[in-house]
Amino acid sequence: MKALIGRNAERNTNVRVETAAMDALMVRLFNTIDETNMAWVIAADQTLRKAFGAALIDLVPSYTTLLVHYDCQQVTHTNALQLIHKALSGLTPVDTQAGELHDIPVWYDESVGPELPMVAKRAGISVDELIKQHCNHDYCVFALGFAPGYGFMGLVDEALATPRLKTPRRKVAAGSVGIADRQTAIYPLLSPGGWNILGRTNVPLFEYAKRGDPLFRPGDKVRFRAISRAEFEADGGDTTPMEERP
Amino acid sequence: MSHAAMNEARKGMLVKQVGPLALIQDAGRFGVGHLGVTQGGAADWISFRWANWLLGNSLNSAALEIVMGGGLSFETESEVRLALTGADLDAQLDGKPLAPNSSFKLLPGQRLVFRQPRQGLRAYLAFPGGLNAPEVLGSRACTAREQIGGLHEDGKPLKVGDRLTWKGTAPAVRRIVEGQGPRMPASGCHLPIVLGSQIASFSGHSLFQAFNQPWTVDNRADRMGVRLTGPGLHGSLTGIISEGIPLGAVQIPPDGQPIVLMNDRQTIGGYPRLGALTAIACATLSQCLPGTEVWLTPVSASQAQDDYRDQLKVWS
Repeated sequence: MKALIGRNAERNTNVRVETAAMDALMVRLFNTIDETNMAWVIAADQTLRKAFGAALIDLVPSYTTLLVHYDCQQVTHTNALQLIHKALSGLTPVDTQAGELHDIPVWYDESVGPELPMVAKRAGISVDELIKQHCNHDYCVFALGFAPGYGFMGLVDEALATPRLKTPRRKVAAGSVGIADRQTAIYPLLSPGGWNILGRTNVPLFEYAKRGDPLFRPGDKVRFRAISRAEFEADGGDTTPMEERP
Repeated sequence: MSHAAMNEARKGMLVKQVGPLALIQDAGRFGVGHLGVTQGGAADWISFRWANWLLGNSLNSAALEIVMGGGLSFETESEVRLALTGADLDAQLDGKPLAPNSSFKLLPGQRLVFRQPRQGLRAYLAFPGGLNAPEVLGSRACTAREQIGGLHEDGKPLKVGDRLTWKGTAPAVRRIVEGQGPRMPASGCHLPIVLGSQIASFSGHSLFQAFNQPWTVDNRADRMGVRLTGPGLHGSLTGIISEGIPLGAVQIPPDGQPIVLMNDRQTIGGYPRLGALTAIACATLSQCLPGTEVWLTPVSASQAQDDYRDQLKVWS
């Protein structure tokens, strides 16, 4: 662990602040996706929120960056640049153990996870083995986006990595659990999407987000747990099969 | 039911027919980008503010954003003063044309119709004290994709039978001084853009083309994004690691045709960008009909902020 932090500390000496829009600046911390980025991204998020206070309109962290949207009636472009540089000098990473570990029950079945056979076949393993492997990892939440409460998680084992569907579905059911390349995610609400769907969960991610209190936050860990149809139904899960097949 | 409650129940305006799109919008949903929730809000925020100003409302009060018109019609149940700004959608009150950018009185039973765009694309209809609608995450803005906002809290546009109610009486009746109100863009208009850091990844030829010839507003345009067509722009970056997207970001997907990301954009995304249109330019672009020619005109962030603050002074 020490070695990882050391490596990041070295990478982190090169914080870049770039103009993103008239009233938005991009803070760029890293050039590559890495779970160890998160301790720095979260630290920068906390520090910047404090530094801007009421002049902050939105702060959107992602894998390697933070987008700072400020109120230009209160802070000028030049002041905003200075505020960021000052806030981030001497930045230290947060304790990554502080993130929550979420246990997410998933009903893995071809009716609600149409790409189960295809992803298993690509990996050269059985569907049961695929489910076991998808569950056998604590995925890191890198960023929230795409839809309210949608968390981009990874990294999926290289062997299971599967590119997005050539033609995205017009309708992916709420709760769908999918894989795209080395990432995995849950669709919080019915939406179009091109990820390979393996199963469905009944955890109401959208409802949490709509209340302003998302279940997943960047830096959290997520572990999937396979449940039976009976357990999924007992929890009130929607067993309606996925309408569209690619 | 008490007498007062019955009066209240009759105070409303019914949707009799719908057009392509009419949404409840306010200034937008802020401080929620980190949840993956989009900004939303009135696309032409300048016309939207003028509409509220005409009635003496708080400038961010919920109003209607009406796209195209297309036969959208209302019938009022009670006397009410409304304000109409933005696009000229050939609006008529009981068959008589309404002047754009002014307030007007409706009497019970009168019918208000929005026919078709004659100039601009989006009209704003403000109500006394603002429209009543459930507030979600601090805003009444309606986003269909997110199923957030709107009368029924499902993000859906107005539908036949919907009944609009408002908060009170118009605090003031104001008039816009000649030449001061919202201006609808014409072909050849300029859209100021603040250049972003990824600009250096585009080829010199592409950069010359980006700023030295007009772009055409495509019909693939909605509240999420507006496509511009013209020569393909290319550079050394094809995709980038997903990062936050500001309002007006001009992203260049692999086909080289810019997409300007508007109010209902995704919060993060992974295409390289030329930069971002200014807030004023976003309002302008939101009123451009497909086929309109626009120029991307670089401006400094500081200049754009000065222009923005000057615009805000108009209402203070």
